[in-house]
Amino acid sequence: MSISASWYLTLAAVLFTIGAIGLLIRRNVLVMFMCVELMLNAANLTFVTFARRLNDIAGQTAVFFVLVVAAAEVVVGLGIIVSIYRRRPGATADDIHGMKG
Amino acid sequence: MTQVLAATIPDAITFVIAAAICVLGALGVVLARNPVHSALMLVMTLFGVAVLFVEEDAQFLAAVQVIVYAGAIVVLFLFVIMLLGVDQKEAIERDPLPAQRPVAIVVGILGLVEVLLLARGHWPTGARSVSGVIGSPAANVGLIGRSIFTTYLLAFEVTSALLVVAVVGAVVLARRPRHALGESAAATGAVVMPDDDPAAADGTEPDHAAAGTVENVSAGGERENGEPADSEVTAP
Repeated sequence: MSISASWYLTLAAVLFTIGAIGLLIRRNVLVMFMCVELMLNAANLTFVTFARRLNDIAGQTAVFFVLVVAAAEVVVGLGIIVSIYRRRPGATADDIHGMKG
Repeated sequence: MTQVLAATIPDAITFVIAAAICVLGALGVVLARNPVHSALMLVMTLFGVAVLFVEEDAQFLAAVQVIVYAGAIVVLFLFVIMLLGVDQKEAIERDPLPAQRPVAIVVGILGLVEVLLLARGHWPTGARSVSGVIGSPAANVGLIGRSIFTTYLLAFEVTSALLVVAVVGAVVLARRPRHALGESAAATGAVVMPDDDPAAADGTEPDHAAAGTVENVSAGGERENGEPADSEVTAP
């Protein structure tokens, strides 16, 4: 008898909320990116929880694909951040408004 | 009853400790002033999530979580932090948009309450074990492999294309430009290499610019590239 799935979902919700709040209140682009990773991990935890709850391996397969997409996203995002910092060192998210309408 | 307790108590202790590690790490990511500390706190959260994966019979994903996330992604973060030298402390007190932080916290808490109500309330009524049962912990890798290479084979192939695109994109983004492009040239996206298009560098209208949009773009590239072309000639 293991822990009820509700506890895992609660923990995932808390992690997701912390990540979302961090994404909203931090200004350092790198830390904002780490908060996105936090939110992805919360979603992964939810996937695995429902995989166990419904006894379906597809949930774990979805987590596998999320991991791949997260790796690709980090690579491209860090490339963008490096090119931004090369152009203007010490930039925060407030300074990057070149595409503001 | 005692058997149930004996099986539940280690699970409960593991869950509580791992959950505390996860939440503390997540708070550390958000609250740490130094980005290096944030990255290390992220490792802590990822390890906690890996422990929870083991607890939920997802052994393969726990291993992948540690190897890919903690081993590769966070190291990539740390490389970028060290490379850019942005590990100075961020002034959290200074807030250009004063109302943003309380509003963000309120919105976040509201979302949390909603999701908690969903987590405590009704359960999905979907069918069970549609694409395969989870089975015994020893068969976890085989089951995931069978699922990926049969049911989700197309998604797996698309994933490989995605990784190639990401690698090419990272190389293009991180490549140091041969000449310092002006900000406006980068903003309009008109990156025309002077030696790639000699007609644009000469100032004559290239005859392949037939459509209006192409003409605009190449004219913008011409205008923006006049200065960099000269500077490249003079630069060693």
